Amino acid sequence: MYTSLSRKLLLTLLAWLIALIIFFPIFWMILTSFKTEFEAISTPPTLFFEPTLAGYREVMARADYNTFAFNSFAVSVGSTLLALLVGLPAAYSMAFLPTKRTRGTLLWMLSTKMLPPVGVLMPIYLIFRDLGLLDSLTGLIVIYMLMNLPIVVWMLYTFFRDVPREILEAARMDGAGTLQEVLYLLVPLTLPGIASTGLLSVILSWNEAFWSINLTTSDAAPLTAFIASFSSPEGLFWARLSAASTMAVAPILLFGWMTQKQMVRGLTFGAVK
Amino acid sequence: MRLHHGLSLFGMLALASASVQAETITVATVNNNDMIVMQSLTDAFEKSHPDIKVNWVVLEENVLRQRLTTDIATNGGQYDVMTIGNYEVPIWARQNWLEPLNDLPANYRVDDLLKPVRDALTVNDTLYALPFYAESSMTYYRTDLFDKAGIRMSEHPTWDEVRGWAEKINDPQNEVYGICLRGKPGWGENMAFLSTLVNTYGGRWFDTDWHPEINSRAWQDAVSFYVDLMNQYGPPGASSNGYNENQALFASGKCGMWVDSTAAAGRLFNPQESQVADKLGFAPAPVAKTPKGANWLWSWNLAIPASSDAKDAARQFVTWATSEEYVDLVGKDKGWTSVPPGTRTSTYDNKQYQQAAPFASFVLNAIESATPNDPTQPPVPYTGVQFVSIPEFQSIGTQTGQMIAAALSGQRSVKDALDEAQRSAERTMRQAGYY
Amino acid sequence: MQRRASGRTVGGMRALLLQAPAVSLLLVWMLIPLGMTLWFSFQRYNLLNPMISGFAGWNNYTFLLTDPALWIAIGNTLLMVCWVLGITVIGGVLLAVLFHQEFFGRGIARLLVISPFFIMPTVSALVWKNMMMHPVNGIFAWLFKLAGLQPIDWFSSYPLTSIVIIVSWEWLPFALLILLTAIQSLDDDQIEAARMDGAGPLAIFWFITLPHLKRAISVVVMIEMIFLLTIFAEIFVTTSGGPGLASTTLAYLIYLRALLDFNIGIASAGGVIAIILANLVAIFLIRTVARNLET
Repeated sequence: MYTSLSRKLLLTLLAWLIALIIFFPIFWMILTSFKTEFEAISTPPTLFFEPTLAGYREVMARADYNTFAFNSFAVSVGSTLLALLVGLPAAYSMAFLPTKRTRGTLLWMLSTKMLPPVGVLMPIYLIFRDLGLLDSLTGLIVIYMLMNLPIVVWMLYTFFRDVPREILEAARMDGAGTLQEVLYLLVPLTLPGIASTGLLSVILSWNEAFWSINLTTSDAAPLTAFIASFSSPEGLFWARLSAASTMAVAPILLFGWMTQKQMVRGLTFGAVK
Repeated sequence: MRLHHGLSLFGMLALASASVQAETITVATVNNNDMIVMQSLTDAFEKSHPDIKVNWVVLEENVLRQRLTTDIATNGGQYDVMTIGNYEVPIWARQNWLEPLNDLPANYRVDDLLKPVRDALTVNDTLYALPFYAESSMTYYRTDLFDKAGIRMSEHPTWDEVRGWAEKINDPQNEVYGICLRGKPGWGENMAFLSTLVNTYGGRWFDTDWHPEINSRAWQDAVSFYVDLMNQYGPPGASSNGYNENQALFASGKCGMWVDSTAAAGRLFNPQESQVADKLGFAPAPVAKTPKGANWLWSWNLAIPASSDAKDAARQFVTWATSEEYVDLVGKDKGWTSVPPGTRTSTYDNKQYQQAAPFASFVLNAIESATPNDPTQPPVPYTGVQFVSIPEFQSIGTQTGQMIAAALSGQRSVKDALDEAQRSAERTMRQAGYY
Repeated sequence: MQRRASGRTVGGMRALLLQAPAVSLLLVWMLIPLGMTLWFSFQRYNLLNPMISGFAGWNNYTFLLTDPALWIAIGNTLLMVCWVLGITVIGGVLLAVLFHQEFFGRGIARLLVISPFFIMPTVSALVWKNMMMHPVNGIFAWLFKLAGLQPIDWFSSYPLTSIVIIVSWEWLPFALLILLTAIQSLDDDQIEAARMDGAGPLAIFWFITLPHLKRAISVVVMIEMIFLLTIFAEIFVTTSGGPGLASTTLAYLIYLRALLDFNIGIASAGGVIAIILANLVAIFLIRTVARNLET
């Protein structure tokens, strides 16, 4: 039998080993971004070297990072807020006023997500052209809202469903209208869940690469388009590519790390309990 | 409510940026090195044309092609200048999607543009795009390895010779492979190279009635030779190596020979980017049975879509970026090896360029000897050396490329792969209504 | 009794009203493009050749359905989805149990292990292709050479396996995140009681932990499946569907037809087939999973 300390040490060793292996590709990308191009492709791989910012400087000289990052930010946050606004009433009615068709509607919503985007690119492109939405943040926000709506509705539904009905009925007895009921009771009660739904939606929007590349040109292009201008360049510049990649994922990675606790706390309320 | 404000704010921002500068042009281009240089010289253009502001959209080749085609075919009007290949120019010009470029200013000197390059961009005597840089293919080799093995490069190498040399210098223990060739599937990747190989074996893509000939004797000989050569003397992972990957391999000293684009010469010759700059040799592209179609012709060109709403400004930009003045600017600013090659006679007459780039005459010869209007030994109904100038070629080429990559990685036999490619090409041509 | 009955009709109306924005938006999102896709799928419509036009009948469909590539692509799609689901669910459960234990630096280790989920698919694919699996300069090749083995040429020898590895790496953290939260809600007293009764760790895992995770596993399977069916960037960046058709999935095949051929008629027919298949999968899988979700 192990003593409890040696068991803990063993667990520490094992867990850290796995964590480091899984994190390694990201670590290596960040490390490579500080190398020179020669060091980046050298074999055996160099672990110790004099860090340089040359890759970053070159990326900054070629592309206006701030615009891309701002667009990514505006689109993910905008579409998430919009999806929550539209999804909340739908989830509310499904959770508290279920009908025979509720489950069917929910499944249908989720199945809209399985449609491969390439199949409907042309129709959407033509519609966007006629509405003047090509290369606009508004257009991208609407698309992402629609893209994430099914998951948002479904997640909110699972959170709402776990709220004891008695609490709402008590409020209704006291004469609260639906709006007050939702705003003052339901939202505060399920805030962690709503927050983690929003966080997930932000992450998914940030990383979406098909619509963002095909529907934007320059004004509304987010970071996924930024990456597409650095991938597979002539002669394979791994250091530069790593620098651009690091810049593209850094904001969302930091955001994910900071909100990880929040996300876990929210999820324990509904979907997976 | 707040959200509505947010949305209208975005709308206003978008409008504002469009209306304040009346003459903003959006230039779409590939992220190849020569275009990155062009982008970095935007300031020079905006200084000499103060009423024009340039907006850049830089994307990798495949993504760019897909974006531009979608936009131009749906009349989307998102771009004012498009960077397209000499494959697209005639197809798009025939659809009236491109602005004709007649009446260029006298100081532009259209006649200075190399004739094969210019011809490829001309439809019914009208020029529809201006060449930014052009390339053919040639053989690169390592003089140090050749000397060590006691080999002398011939003036006009044949593929049989290449095979023998590859065997001699192949040294996988020390990570030096006899020969590197493209293997990554794609009509512009492995099929660009393989089309020239098939051409020189006396094969062709289509007969004069547009029936594909992908499983003909010549194709089988050429592809078997290629698969054999690469399996014995090629680098590992050859079927995912495209132009970029091979260039990186050659530049880091891992290939003895490399048959590919002349555009790589400037890079390989630059000691800052290549470890083999001082032991680099050049020769024409190897030949098997006929020299016809053994080296390709590709150019990246600037064109103005008919849907552009800033055609005059776009025209000024296009003529500036393909002018002698621009070549001069790059030469002085970035060094003469960085000059966009293959477009103008004057570039090759330039003493400074000749001095900086000893490969200049090789490249010029290769480009001038390319025969895009009469590419193969047997007669064909199409133009283009390493491609076929019909819209269906992108998919036929890429599917064939996939099959050959499968043969290269040993998942299929060469015969199976070519038969499959032939069937699929027949289907595509029938579907497109050729017969 | 009466109150409930009347409540239901009122509720029905209110439910309709409240769901209206979301449902109608999604309907528009579904129906307009779907309608146009259906229409295009019966047209001879090639973007690059406006000369070709007119009604095509079932032509586009027969072209696709007789294409041997279609069946290979469907097979690859199923294979990829099943493997990734298997790896992420089993791996996720094991990792969730591990990362639920007390150990030194648990907070930071957890952050590291969930990180891949935040990375853009394009970036993950580029990193894996160039820095991990590259047969000459990659880390794997270097490790193999250290061990005195011949480096594996991942993308040409094991194309689908390579894709599965990359995609699993991206989605394992998601599974872990969901399953970890589920484990945390497990009652410690229950486990303690089981231990008192003499149950070993394996028995506890099998009879207490695993049943508790049933619902969370269903969530993971459903959400991952939705995203896995439309995987695109990872294939586009690494193998381009090859060599041959070895890693061509349905989504990628439609891409090839739509954006290489620019044959909108055939691409639309492919879209329609994909939608039908997705719904079949939805009926078979989501419904079985959804039953778990209800309880």
